[in-house]
Amino acid sequence: MSTDLIAARQTDVIDEFALFDDWMDKYEHLIELGKDVPAIDTGRKTDEHLIKGCQSRVWLAADAEADGTVRFTADSDAIITKGLVGLMVRVLSGAEARAIAEADLHFLDAIGLHQHLSPTRSNGLASMVKQMRLYAAALAARQA
Amino acid sequence: MGRPGLNLYFAERFRLKMANSTLPERIRRDFPILDRSVHGKPLVYLDNAASAQKPLAVIEGQREYLANYHANIHRGAHHLAQLATEAYEGTRGKIADHIGAGSTEEIIFTAGSTDAVNLVTQSWGRANLSAGDTVLVTRMEHHANIVPWQMVCAEKGAEVVPVDVQEDGTLDLEDFARKLERHQPKLVGVVHASNTLGTINPVAELCAAARTAGAVTLVDGSQALPHLTIDVAAIGCDFYVATGHKAYGPTGIGFLWGRRDLLDAMPPWRGGGEMIRSVSFDGTTYNDLPHKFEAGTPHISGGIALGIALDWMNGVGLDTIHAHESALVQHAHQALQTLPGMRIIGTAPEKVGVVSLVVDGLHPYDLGTLLDGQGIAVRTGHHCTEPLMAHFGLESGTLRMSFAAYTTREEIDRAVIALERAMRMLS
Ligand SMILES: Cc1ncc(COP(=O)(O)O)c(C=O)c1O
Repeated sequence: MSTDLIAARQTDVIDEFALFDDWMDKYEHLIELGKDVPAIDTGRKTDEHLIKGCQSRVWLAADAEADGTVRFTADSDAIITKGLVGLMVRVLSGAEARAIAEADLHFLDAIGLHQHLSPTRSNGLASMVKQMRLYAAALAARQA
Repeated sequence: MGRPGLNLYFAERFRLKMANSTLPERIRRDFPILDRSVHGKPLVYLDNAASAQKPLAVIEGQREYLANYHANIHRGAHHLAQLATEAYEGTRGKIADHIGAGSTEEIIFTAGSTDAVNLVTQSWGRANLSAGDTVLVTRMEHHANIVPWQMVCAEKGAEVVPVDVQEDGTLDLEDFARKLERHQPKLVGVVHASNTLGTINPVAELCAAARTAGAVTLVDGSQALPHLTIDVAAIGCDFYVATGHKAYGPTGIGFLWGRRDLLDAMPPWRGGGEMIRSVSFDGTTYNDLPHKFEAGTPHISGGIALGIALDWMNGVGLDTIHAHESALVQHAHQALQTLPGMRIIGTAPEKVGVVSLVVDGLHPYDLGTLLDGQGIAVRTGHHCTEPLMAHFGLESGTLRMSFAAYTTREEIDRAVIALERAMRMLS
Protein backbone atom coordinates (compact mmCIF):
# COMPACT_ATOMS: atom_id res chain seq x y z
CA MET A 1 0.00 0.00 0.00
CA SER A 2 1.29 3.40 -0.87
CA THR A 3 0.16 4.97 2.39
CA ASP A 4 2.76 2.76 4.00
CA LEU A 5 5.21 3.82 1.34
CA ILE A 6 4.75 7.49 2.25
CA ALA A 7 4.97 6.71 5.97
CA ALA A 8 8.16 4.68 5.47
CA ARG A 9 9.75 7.42 3.40
CA GLN A 10 8.92 10.00 6.05
CA THR A 11 10.55 7.82 8.69
CA ASP A 12 13.61 7.61 6.46
CA VAL A 13 13.88 11.38 6.20
CA ILE A 14 13.33 11.81 9.94
CA ASP A 15 16.09 9.27 10.71
CA GLU A 16 18.42 10.98 8.28
CA PHE A 17 17.90 14.39 9.91
CA ALA A 18 18.19 12.94 13.42
CA LEU A 19 21.95 12.94 12.80
CA PHE A 20 22.01 16.72 13.04
CA ASP A 21 21.07 18.43 16.26
CA ASP A 22 22.54 21.83 15.44
CA TRP A 23 20.34 24.17 13.43
CA MET A 24 23.15 25.10 11.04
CA ASP A 25 24.19 21.46 10.46
CA LYS A 26 20.63 20.67 9.49
CA TYR A 27 20.67 23.49 6.98
CA GLU A 28 24.06 22.44 5.71
CA HIS A 29 22.48 19.07 4.91
CA LEU A 30 19.44 20.67 3.34
CA ILE A 31 21.73 22.74 1.12
CA GLU A 32 23.59 19.60 0.03
CA LEU A 33 20.26 18.02 -0.84
CA GLY A 34 19.32 21.18 -2.71
CA LYS A 35 22.47 20.95 -4.78
CA ASP A 36 21.99 17.23 -5.45
CA VAL A 37 18.30 16.72 -6.13
CA PRO A 38 17.45 15.86 -9.67
CA ALA A 39 15.61 19.01 -10.62
CA ILE A 40 12.53 19.27 -12.76
CA ASP A 41 12.59 17.51 -16.16
CA THR A 42 14.40 19.60 -18.73
CA GLY A 43 12.10 21.76 -20.76
CA ARG A 44 9.46 21.88 -18.02
CA LYS A 45 10.90 24.73 -15.95
CA THR A 46 8.41 27.05 -17.62
CA ASP A 47 5.81 29.54 -16.49
CA GLU A 48 3.19 26.86 -16.95
CA HIS A 49 4.74 24.93 -14.06
CA LEU A 50 5.68 27.95 -11.96
CA ILE A 51 4.30 28.42 -8.47
CA LYS A 52 5.06 31.96 -7.48
CA GLY A 53 5.97 32.38 -3.85
CA CYS A 54 6.72 35.86 -2.68
CA GLN A 55 10.25 34.97 -1.57
CA SER A 56 11.33 32.13 -3.82
CA ARG A 57 9.94 30.49 -6.93
CA VAL A 58 9.02 26.84 -7.28
CA TRP A 59 8.35 24.78 -10.40
CA LEU A 60 6.35 21.57 -10.19
CA ALA A 61 5.54 19.00 -12.87
CA ALA A 62 3.19 16.08 -12.23
CA ASP A 63 2.57 12.99 -14.37
CA ALA A 64 -0.05 10.30 -13.93
CA GLU A 65 1.56 6.93 -14.49
CA ALA A 66 -0.28 3.95 -16.03
CA ASP A 67 -0.24 2.08 -12.70
CA GLY A 68 -2.22 4.79 -10.88
CA THR A 69 0.75 6.42 -9.22
CA VAL A 70 1.90 10.01 -9.63
CA ARG A 71 5.40 11.05 -10.58
CA PHE A 72 6.54 14.51 -9.45
CA THR A 73 9.59 16.55 -10.33
CA ALA A 74 10.21 20.01 -8.96
CA ASP A 75 12.75 22.79 -8.71
CA SER A 76 13.33 26.15 -7.03
CA ASP A 77 15.55 29.17 -7.58
CA ALA A 78 16.57 29.15 -3.90
CA ILE A 79 18.77 26.25 -2.73
CA ILE A 80 17.12 25.80 0.65
CA THR A 81 13.68 25.77 -0.93
CA LYS A 82 14.99 23.33 -3.51
CA GLY A 83 16.20 21.06 -0.73
CA LEU A 84 12.76 21.16 0.88
CA VAL A 85 11.01 20.69 -2.44
CA GLY A 86 13.28 17.70 -3.08
CA LEU A 87 12.33 16.14 0.26
CA MET A 88 8.66 16.57 -0.57
CA VAL A 89 9.16 14.92 -3.96
CA ARG A 90 11.15 12.11 -2.34
CA VAL A 91 8.29 11.41 0.07
CA LEU A 92 5.38 11.66 -2.37
CA SER A 93 6.55 10.85 -5.90
CA GLY A 94 5.64 7.38 -7.09
CA ALA A 95 2.90 6.89 -4.51
CA GLU A 96 -0.72 6.18 -5.43
CA ALA A 97 -2.88 9.20 -6.15
CA ARG A 98 -5.30 8.58 -3.27
CA ALA A 99 -2.47 8.07 -0.78
CA ILE A 100 -0.91 11.40 -1.83
CA ALA A 101 -4.19 13.24 -1.53
CA GLU A 102 -4.75 11.89 1.97
CA ALA A 103 -1.18 11.74 3.22
CA ASP A 104 -0.46 12.87 6.77
CA LEU A 105 2.70 14.87 6.14
CA HIS A 106 4.39 15.20 9.49
CA PHE A 107 8.07 14.86 8.62
CA LEU A 108 8.81 18.59 8.32
CA ASP A 109 7.42 19.02 11.81
CA ALA A 110 9.45 16.11 13.10
CA ILE A 111 12.72 17.44 11.69
CA GLY A 112 12.02 20.96 12.92
CA LEU A 113 11.58 22.59 9.51
CA HIS A 114 7.82 23.11 9.67
CA GLN A 115 8.28 26.89 9.64
CA HIS A 116 9.08 26.62 5.94
CA LEU A 117 5.52 25.46 5.33
CA SER A 118 4.11 28.55 7.02
CA PRO A 119 2.43 31.11 4.78
CA THR A 120 4.57 33.92 6.27
CA ARG A 121 7.58 32.38 4.57
CA SER A 122 5.76 32.42 1.26
CA ASN A 123 8.61 30.48 -0.31
CA GLY A 124 6.25 28.53 -2.55
CA LEU A 125 6.54 25.26 -0.62
CA ALA A 126 3.08 25.35 0.95
CA SER A 127 1.49 26.15 -2.42
CA MET A 128 3.43 23.30 -4.00
CA VAL A 129 2.16 20.77 -1.47
CA LYS A 130 -1.37 22.04 -2.02
CA GLN A 131 -1.00 21.58 -5.77
CA MET A 132 0.45 18.09 -5.36
CA ARG A 133 -2.55 17.10 -3.29
CA LEU A 134 -5.04 18.72 -5.65
CA TYR A 135 -3.50 17.01 -8.65
CA ALA A 136 -3.54 13.64 -6.86
CA ALA A 137 -7.10 14.13 -5.60
CA ALA A 138 -8.38 14.95 -9.09
CA LEU A 139 -6.60 11.92 -10.49
CA ALA A 140 -7.94 9.67 -7.72
CA ALA A 141 -11.47 10.90 -8.40
CA ARG A 142 -11.10 9.97 -12.05
CA GLN A 143 -9.72 6.54 -11.15
CA ALA A 144 -12.61 5.76 -8.81
CA MET B 1 22.61 58.07 54.58
CA GLY B 2 25.19 60.30 56.05
CA ARG B 3 27.49 60.02 53.06
CA PRO B 4 26.20 62.66 50.69
CA GLY B 5 29.68 63.21 49.35
CA LEU B 6 29.91 59.63 48.18
CA ASN B 7 26.44 59.72 46.63
CA LEU B 8 27.32 62.88 44.78
CA TYR B 9 30.51 61.23 43.63
CA PHE B 10 28.59 58.28 42.19
CA ALA B 11 25.95 60.54 40.67
CA GLU B 12 28.68 62.51 38.96
CA ARG B 13 30.41 59.36 37.77
CA PHE B 14 27.12 58.09 36.38
CA ARG B 15 26.50 61.39 34.63
CA LEU B 16 29.95 61.31 33.06
CA LYS B 17 29.57 57.69 32.05
CA MET B 18 26.28 58.51 30.33
CA ALA B 19 27.76 61.56 28.65
CA ASN B 20 30.62 59.51 27.24
CA SER B 21 28.58 56.45 26.34
CA THR B 22 27.25 55.60 22.92
CA LEU B 23 23.58 56.04 22.12
CA PRO B 24 22.83 52.27 22.24
CA GLU B 25 24.57 51.99 25.63
CA ARG B 26 22.22 54.65 26.97
CA ILE B 27 18.98 53.26 25.55
CA ARG B 28 19.24 49.50 25.02
CA ARG B 29 17.98 48.81 28.54
CA ASP B 30 14.70 50.43 27.45
CA PHE B 31 14.11 47.55 25.02
CA PRO B 32 13.64 44.25 26.88
CA ILE B 33 13.19 42.24 23.67
CA LEU B 34 16.80 42.94 22.65
CA ASP B 35 17.99 40.62 25.43
CA ARG B 36 16.28 37.53 24.09
CA SER B 37 17.84 34.81 22.02
CA VAL B 38 16.70 33.16 18.80
CA HIS B 39 17.64 29.58 17.87
CA GLY B 40 19.95 29.64 20.89
CA LYS B 41 21.87 32.70 19.65
CA PRO B 42 21.55 36.25 20.98
CA LEU B 43 19.08 38.18 18.84
CA VAL B 44 20.45 40.77 16.42
CA TYR B 45 17.40 42.65 15.22
CA LEU B 46 18.07 44.31 11.87
CA ASP B 47 14.52 44.45 10.53
CA ASN B 48 13.61 47.85 11.90
CA ALA B 49 12.33 49.23 8.60
CA ALA B 50 9.61 46.59 8.75
CA SER B 51 8.83 47.40 12.37
CA ALA B 52 10.87 48.79 15.25
CA GLN B 53 10.91 47.32 18.77
CA LYS B 54 9.12 49.11 21.59
CA PRO B 55 10.68 50.86 24.56
CA LEU B 56 9.39 50.02 28.05
CA ALA B 57 7.65 53.39 28.28
CA VAL B 58 5.46 52.47 25.29
CA ILE B 59 4.75 48.96 26.59
CA GLU B 60 3.97 50.27 30.07
CA GLY B 61 1.93 53.19 28.80
CA GLN B 62 -0.32 50.89 26.81
CA ARG B 63 -0.67 48.55 29.78
CA GLU B 64 -1.38 51.45 32.12
CA TYR B 65 -4.26 52.61 29.94
CA LEU B 66 -5.74 49.11 29.67
CA ALA B 67 -5.32 48.44 33.37
CA ASN B 68 -6.33 51.82 34.80
CA TYR B 69 -8.37 54.07 32.58
CA HIS B 70 -9.80 52.19 29.62
CA ALA B 71 -13.09 53.59 28.33
CA ASN B 72 -14.45 54.65 24.97
CA ILE B 73 -13.43 58.16 24.06
CA HIS B 74 -15.33 61.34 23.15
CA ARG B 75 -18.73 60.07 24.26
CA GLY B 76 -18.78 59.23 27.95
CA ALA B 77 -19.69 61.75 30.61
CA HIS B 78 -17.74 59.77 33.16
CA HIS B 79 -14.26 60.12 34.57
CA LEU B 80 -12.55 57.25 32.76
CA ALA B 81 -13.89 58.38 29.39
CA GLN B 82 -12.45 61.78 30.09
CA LEU B 83 -9.01 60.42 31.04
CA ALA B 84 -8.89 58.20 27.96
CA THR B 85 -10.03 61.02 25.68
CA GLU B 86 -7.43 63.40 27.10
CA ALA B 87 -4.64 60.89 26.61
CA TYR B 88 -5.71 59.97 23.08
CA GLU B 89 -6.28 63.56 22.02
CA GLY B 90 -2.99 64.45 23.70
CA THR B 91 -1.22 62.37 21.08
CA ARG B 92 -2.91 64.37 18.32
CA GLY B 93 -1.32 67.45 19.82
CA LYS B 94 2.07 65.74 20.08
CA ILE B 95 1.92 64.70 16.43
CA ALA B 96 0.97 68.23 15.38
CA ASP B 97 3.92 69.65 17.34
CA HIS B 98 6.26 66.95 16.13
CA ILE B 99 5.69 67.61 12.43
CA GLY B 100 5.04 71.33 12.59
CA ALA B 101 1.35 71.18 11.71
CA GLY B 102 -0.71 74.36 12.01
CA SER B 103 -3.36 72.78 14.20
CA THR B 104 -4.47 69.49 15.72
CA GLU B 105 -7.50 69.55 13.43
CA GLU B 106 -5.21 68.78 10.53
CA ILE B 107 -4.11 65.50 12.13
CA ILE B 108 -6.31 62.53 11.22
CA PHE B 109 -5.67 59.28 13.07
CA THR B 110 -5.48 56.29 10.73
CA ALA B 111 -4.52 52.64 11.06
CA GLY B 112 -1.17 53.42 9.46
CA SER B 113 0.35 54.81 6.30
CA THR B 114 -1.54 52.43 4.04
CA ASP B 115 -4.84 53.47 5.57
CA ALA B 116 -3.88 57.16 5.32
CA VAL B 117 -3.07 56.91 1.60
CA ASN B 118 -6.35 55.09 1.03
CA LEU B 119 -8.17 57.89 2.82
CA VAL B 120 -6.63 60.40 0.40
CA THR B 121 -7.26 58.30 -2.71
CA GLN B 122 -10.86 57.47 -1.77
CA SER B 123 -11.80 60.94 -0.57
CA TRP B 124 -9.62 63.49 -2.37
CA GLY B 125 -8.87 61.21 -5.32
CA ARG B 126 -12.44 60.24 -6.11
CA ALA B 127 -13.55 63.85 -5.83
CA ASN B 128 -10.72 65.37 -7.86
CA LEU B 129 -9.48 62.89 -10.47
CA SER B 130 -11.18 62.42 -13.79
CA ALA B 131 -10.54 60.76 -17.14
CA GLY B 132 -7.23 61.67 -18.70
CA ASP B 133 -5.66 62.87 -15.44
CA THR B 134 -2.26 61.76 -14.25
CA VAL B 135 -0.93 60.87 -10.82
CA LEU B 136 2.85 61.09 -10.76
CA VAL B 137 4.66 58.84 -8.26
CA THR B 138 8.22 57.53 -8.10
CA ARG B 139 9.49 54.11 -9.01
CA MET B 140 10.78 53.72 -5.44
CA GLU B 141 7.33 54.04 -3.82
CA HIS B 142 6.11 51.38 -1.42
CA HIS B 143 3.08 49.54 -2.82
CA ALA B 144 1.05 51.53 -0.27
CA ASN B 145 1.62 54.66 -2.35
CA ILE B 146 1.06 52.95 -5.71
CA VAL B 147 -1.82 50.50 -5.51
CA PRO B 148 -4.42 52.82 -3.90
CA TRP B 149 -3.70 55.32 -6.71
CA GLN B 150 -4.02 52.59 -9.33
CA MET B 151 -7.40 51.63 -7.88
CA VAL B 152 -8.87 55.14 -7.98
CA CYS B 153 -7.26 55.87 -11.35
CA ALA B 154 -8.75 52.69 -12.85
CA GLU B 155 -12.15 53.84 -11.66
CA LYS B 156 -11.71 57.34 -13.06
CA GLY B 157 -9.87 56.57 -16.28
CA ALA B 158 -6.78 58.34 -14.98
CA GLU B 159 -3.20 57.11 -15.16
CA VAL B 160 -0.38 56.47 -12.67
CA VAL B 161 3.03 57.44 -14.10
CA PRO B 162 6.35 56.62 -12.35
CA VAL B 163 9.43 58.84 -12.14
CA ASP B 164 12.69 56.96 -12.76
CA VAL B 165 15.33 56.08 -10.23
CA GLN B 166 19.07 56.27 -10.98
CA GLU B 167 21.70 53.56 -10.53
CA ASP B 168 22.76 54.83 -7.08
CA GLY B 169 19.17 54.83 -5.85
CA THR B 170 18.58 58.57 -6.05
CA LEU B 171 15.57 59.96 -7.83
CA ASP B 172 16.13 61.07 -11.43
CA LEU B 173 15.37 64.76 -10.98
CA GLU B 174 15.49 65.50 -14.71
CA ASP B 175 12.96 62.78 -15.36
CA PHE B 176 10.84 64.26 -12.57
CA ALA B 177 10.94 67.73 -14.15
CA ARG B 178 10.24 66.28 -17.61
CA LYS B 179 7.23 64.24 -16.47
CA LEU B 180 5.87 67.08 -14.38
CA GLU B 181 5.95 69.27 -17.49
CA ARG B 182 4.64 66.65 -19.89
CA HIS B 183 1.83 65.16 -17.79
CA GLN B 184 0.73 68.14 -15.70
CA PRO B 185 -0.24 65.70 -12.93
CA LYS B 186 -3.12 66.37 -10.55
CA LEU B 187 -1.13 64.81 -7.75
CA VAL B 188 2.50 64.01 -7.06
CA GLY B 189 3.22 61.23 -4.54
CA VAL B 190 6.74 60.76 -3.22
CA VAL B 191 8.31 58.71 -0.49
CA HIS B 192 10.30 60.82 2.00
CA ALA B 193 12.78 58.00 2.62
CA SER B 194 12.81 54.72 0.70
CA ASN B 195 12.24 51.57 2.76
CA THR B 196 14.27 49.51 0.27
CA LEU B 197 17.13 51.83 -0.71
CA GLY B 198 17.30 54.14 2.29
CA THR B 199 17.41 57.13 -0.08
CA ILE B 200 16.22 60.39 1.46
CA ASN B 201 14.42 62.30 -1.26
CA PRO B 202 14.67 66.10 -1.58
CA VAL B 203 11.00 66.42 -0.74
CA ALA B 204 10.95 70.20 -0.25
CA GLU B 205 12.46 70.75 -3.69
CA LEU B 206 10.10 68.21 -5.30
CA CYS B 207 7.01 69.67 -3.63
CA ALA B 208 7.95 73.22 -4.65
CA ALA B 209 8.27 72.14 -8.29
CA ALA B 210 5.05 70.17 -8.12
CA ARG B 211 3.19 73.08 -6.60
CA THR B 212 4.45 75.43 -9.31
CA ALA B 213 3.13 72.93 -11.85
CA GLY B 214 -0.25 73.03 -10.12
CA ALA B 215 -0.13 69.58 -8.53
CA VAL B 216 -1.24 68.56 -5.06
CA THR B 217 1.51 66.69 -3.19
CA LEU B 218 1.54 63.69 -0.87
CA VAL B 219 4.66 62.65 1.01
CA ASP B 220 4.94 59.13 2.45
CA GLY B 221 6.88 59.63 5.67
CA SER B 222 6.69 56.04 6.94
CA GLN B 223 10.48 55.69 7.02
CA ALA B 224 11.15 59.33 7.90
CA LEU B 225 9.24 59.44 11.19
CA PRO B 226 11.70 57.16 13.04
CA HIS B 227 14.84 58.77 11.63
CA LEU B 228 14.39 62.41 10.63
CA THR B 229 13.09 65.69 11.96
CA ILE B 230 9.90 66.43 10.03
CA ASP B 231 8.47 69.85 9.31
CA VAL B 232 5.53 69.77 6.94
CA ALA B 233 5.55 73.54 6.54
CA ALA B 234 9.20 73.49 5.44
CA ILE B 235 8.54 70.55 3.12
CA GLY B 236 5.63 72.44 1.63
CA CYS B 237 3.52 69.37 0.88
CA ASP B 238 -0.27 69.09 0.99
CA PHE B 239 -0.54 65.65 2.59
CA TYR B 240 1.91 63.78 4.80
CA VAL B 241 1.34 60.18 5.99
CA ALA B 242 3.18 58.06 8.53
CA THR B 243 2.77 54.93 10.60
CA GLY B 244 3.46 54.41 14.30
CA HIS B 245 5.01 50.96 14.51
CA LYS B 246 8.18 51.85 12.62
CA ALA B 247 8.73 54.75 15.03
CA TYR B 248 8.83 52.72 18.29
CA GLY B 249 5.03 52.88 18.65
CA PRO B 250 2.35 50.20 18.35
CA THR B 251 0.99 48.64 15.16
CA GLY B 252 -2.39 49.67 13.79
CA ILE B 253 -2.00 53.40 14.41
CA GLY B 254 -0.68 56.17 12.18
CA PHE B 255 -1.78 59.49 10.82
CA LEU B 256 -2.57 61.69 7.89
CA TRP B 257 -1.68 65.34 8.01
CA GLY B 258 -3.41 67.47 5.41
CA ARG B 259 -3.62 71.14 4.58
CA ARG B 260 -6.71 72.46 6.24
CA ASP B 261 -8.44 73.90 3.16
CA LEU B 262 -7.99 70.60 1.32
CA LEU B 263 -9.28 68.51 4.23
CA ASP B 264 -12.24 70.85 4.67
CA ALA B 265 -13.24 70.46 1.04
CA MET B 266 -12.86 66.66 1.03
CA PRO B 267 -15.92 64.44 1.49
CA PRO B 268 -15.86 61.88 4.31
CA TRP B 269 -14.73 58.43 3.26
CA ARG B 270 -16.02 56.00 5.85
CA GLY B 271 -19.38 56.54 7.47
CA GLY B 272 -20.50 55.64 10.98
CA GLY B 273 -20.31 56.84 14.53
CA GLU B 274 -18.02 59.72 15.60
CA MET B 275 -17.85 61.26 12.14
CA ILE B 276 -21.36 62.75 12.19
CA ARG B 277 -22.93 65.89 13.64
CA SER B 278 -26.49 64.63 13.40
CA VAL B 279 -28.14 61.68 11.74
CA SER B 280 -31.64 61.41 10.45
CA PHE B 281 -33.33 59.66 7.57
CA ASP B 282 -34.04 63.06 6.07
CA GLY B 283 -30.35 63.86 5.86
CA THR B 284 -27.19 63.44 7.87
CA THR B 285 -24.63 66.13 8.57
CA TYR B 286 -20.97 65.49 9.21
CA ASN B 287 -18.70 66.39 12.06
CA ASP B 288 -15.89 68.93 11.84
CA LEU B 289 -12.24 68.13 11.29
CA PRO B 290 -10.59 65.92 12.29
CA HIS B 291 -13.50 63.70 13.36
CA LYS B 292 -15.17 63.85 9.95
CA PHE B 293 -12.57 61.30 8.81
CA GLU B 294 -12.55 59.14 11.93
CA ALA B 295 -15.59 56.87 11.82
CA GLY B 296 -15.96 54.28 14.55
CA THR B 297 -14.08 53.54 17.76
CA PRO B 298 -10.38 54.03 17.07
CA HIS B 299 -7.27 52.21 18.31
CA ILE B 300 -7.26 54.08 21.62
CA SER B 301 -4.40 52.26 23.33
CA GLY B 302 -2.34 52.57 20.16
CA GLY B 303 -2.99 56.27 19.92
CA ILE B 304 -2.00 56.84 23.52
CA ALA B 305 1.15 54.76 23.14
CA LEU B 306 2.12 56.51 19.90
CA GLY B 307 2.29 59.75 21.85
CA ILE B 308 4.63 58.07 24.33
CA ALA B 309 6.79 56.79 21.46
CA LEU B 310 7.09 60.35 20.08
CA ASP B 311 8.07 61.57 23.56
CA TRP B 312 10.66 58.81 23.76
CA MET B 313 12.15 59.71 20.36
CA ASN B 314 12.22 63.40 21.18
CA GLY B 315 13.81 62.62 24.53
CA VAL B 316 16.66 60.90 22.72
CA GLY B 317 16.66 63.51 19.96
CA LEU B 318 16.16 62.86 16.26
CA ASP B 319 19.41 64.55 15.33
CA THR B 320 21.23 62.16 17.65
CA ILE B 321 19.36 59.18 16.20
CA HIS B 322 20.00 60.23 12.60
CA ALA B 323 23.70 60.86 13.22
CA HIS B 324 24.04 57.48 14.92
CA GLU B 325 22.27 55.66 12.08
CA SER B 326 24.26 57.47 9.40
CA ALA B 327 27.46 56.27 11.06
CA LEU B 328 26.04 52.74 11.15
CA VAL B 329 25.19 52.87 7.44
CA GLN B 330 28.73 53.97 6.62
CA HIS B 331 30.17 51.25 8.81
CA ALA B 332 27.93 48.61 7.23
CA HIS B 333 28.79 49.72 3.69
CA GLN B 334 32.51 49.49 4.47
CA ALA B 335 32.28 46.12 6.20
CA LEU B 336 30.06 44.57 3.54
CA GLN B 337 32.23 45.71 0.67
CA THR B 338 34.99 43.36 1.84
CA LEU B 339 32.81 40.33 0.98
CA PRO B 340 33.18 38.76 -2.48
CA GLY B 341 30.37 39.25 -5.01
CA MET B 342 28.68 41.82 -2.75
CA ARG B 343 26.54 44.52 -4.36
CA ILE B 344 24.89 47.20 -2.24
CA ILE B 345 21.65 48.42 -3.77
CA GLY B 346 21.16 52.07 -2.89
CA THR B 347 24.23 54.19 -2.30
CA ALA B 348 22.64 57.63 -2.25
CA PRO B 349 24.63 60.23 -0.31
CA GLU B 350 21.66 60.90 1.99
CA LYS B 351 20.25 57.72 3.52
CA VAL B 352 18.27 56.56 6.54
CA GLY B 353 19.39 53.38 8.30
CA VAL B 354 18.65 50.95 5.49
CA VAL B 355 21.17 48.76 3.64
CA SER B 356 19.91 46.53 0.82
CA LEU B 357 22.27 44.04 -0.77
CA VAL B 358 22.57 41.16 -3.18
CA VAL B 359 25.37 38.62 -3.56
CA ASP B 360 26.25 37.34 -7.03
CA GLY B 361 24.77 33.92 -7.68
CA LEU B 362 23.08 33.57 -4.29
CA HIS B 363 19.38 33.83 -3.51
CA PRO B 364 18.42 36.39 -0.83
CA TYR B 365 15.97 33.90 0.69
CA ASP B 366 18.78 31.40 1.30
CA LEU B 367 20.97 34.05 2.86
CA GLY B 368 18.13 35.35 5.04
CA THR B 369 17.25 31.86 6.25
CA LEU B 370 20.86 31.16 7.22
CA LEU B 371 21.13 34.51 9.00
CA ASP B 372 17.98 33.65 10.95
CA GLY B 373 19.70 30.44 12.02
CA GLN B 374 22.45 32.56 13.53
CA GLY B 375 20.03 34.81 15.40
CA ILE B 376 20.14 37.67 12.88
CA ALA B 377 16.75 39.05 11.84
CA VAL B 378 16.72 40.64 8.38
CA ARG B 379 14.13 40.89 5.65
CA THR B 380 14.47 39.41 2.17
CA GLY B 381 12.41 39.81 -0.98
CA HIS B 382 10.97 42.82 -2.74
CA HIS B 383 10.01 44.78 0.42
CA CYS B 384 6.67 45.82 -1.13
CA THR B 385 8.55 47.69 -3.86
CA GLU B 386 8.20 45.32 -6.81
CA PRO B 387 8.47 48.01 -9.53
CA LEU B 388 11.76 49.17 -7.97
CA MET B 389 13.14 45.63 -7.87
CA ALA B 390 12.11 45.11 -11.50
CA HIS B 391 13.88 48.35 -12.40
CA PHE B 392 17.12 47.03 -10.90
CA GLY B 393 16.54 43.63 -12.52
CA LEU B 394 16.38 41.94 -9.12
CA GLU B 395 13.72 39.30 -9.59
CA SER B 396 14.33 37.76 -6.17
CA GLY B 397 14.65 41.10 -4.43
CA THR B 398 17.35 41.95 -1.92
CA LEU B 399 18.46 41.17 1.58
CA ARG B 400 17.82 44.23 3.71
CA MET B 401 19.43 45.19 7.01
CA SER B 402 17.75 48.13 8.68
CA PHE B 403 18.84 49.95 11.79
CA ALA B 404 17.33 51.77 14.74
CA ALA B 405 18.58 53.99 17.54
CA TYR B 406 19.55 50.91 19.59
CA THR B 407 21.53 49.15 16.84
CA THR B 408 25.24 48.77 17.61
CA ARG B 409 28.32 48.49 15.41
CA GLU B 410 29.01 45.13 17.03
CA GLU B 411 25.63 43.88 15.84
CA ILE B 412 26.46 44.90 12.30
CA ASP B 413 29.83 43.17 12.58
CA ARG B 414 28.10 40.02 13.80
CA ALA B 415 25.68 40.20 10.89
CA VAL B 416 28.55 40.56 8.43
CA ILE B 417 30.38 37.55 9.92
CA ALA B 418 27.13 35.55 9.82
CA LEU B 419 26.60 36.59 6.21
CA GLU B 420 30.11 35.46 5.33
CA ARG B 421 29.38 32.08 6.88
CA ALA B 422 26.07 31.80 4.99
CA MET B 423 27.88 32.64 1.74
CA ARG B 424 30.44 29.89 2.41
CA MET B 425 27.69 27.36 3.14
CA LEU B 426 25.86 28.18 -0.07
CA SER B 427 28.76 28.20 -2.50
C1 LIG C 1 7.74 53.62 2.72
C2 LIG C 1 6.58 52.89 3.32
N1 LIG C 1 5.33 53.28 3.02
C3 LIG C 1 4.26 52.67 3.55
C4 LIG C 1 4.38 51.61 4.41
C5 LIG C 1 3.14 50.96 4.96
O1 LIG C 1 3.03 51.11 6.33
P1 LIG C 1 1.84 50.40 7.10
O2 LIG C 1 1.90 48.95 6.70
O3 LIG C 1 2.14 50.56 8.55
O4 LIG C 1 0.58 51.03 6.68
C6 LIG C 1 5.66 51.15 4.72
C7 LIG C 1 5.88 50.00 5.61
O5 LIG C 1 5.71 48.85 5.32
C8 LIG C 1 6.79 51.80 4.17
O6 LIG C 1 8.02 51.41 4.45
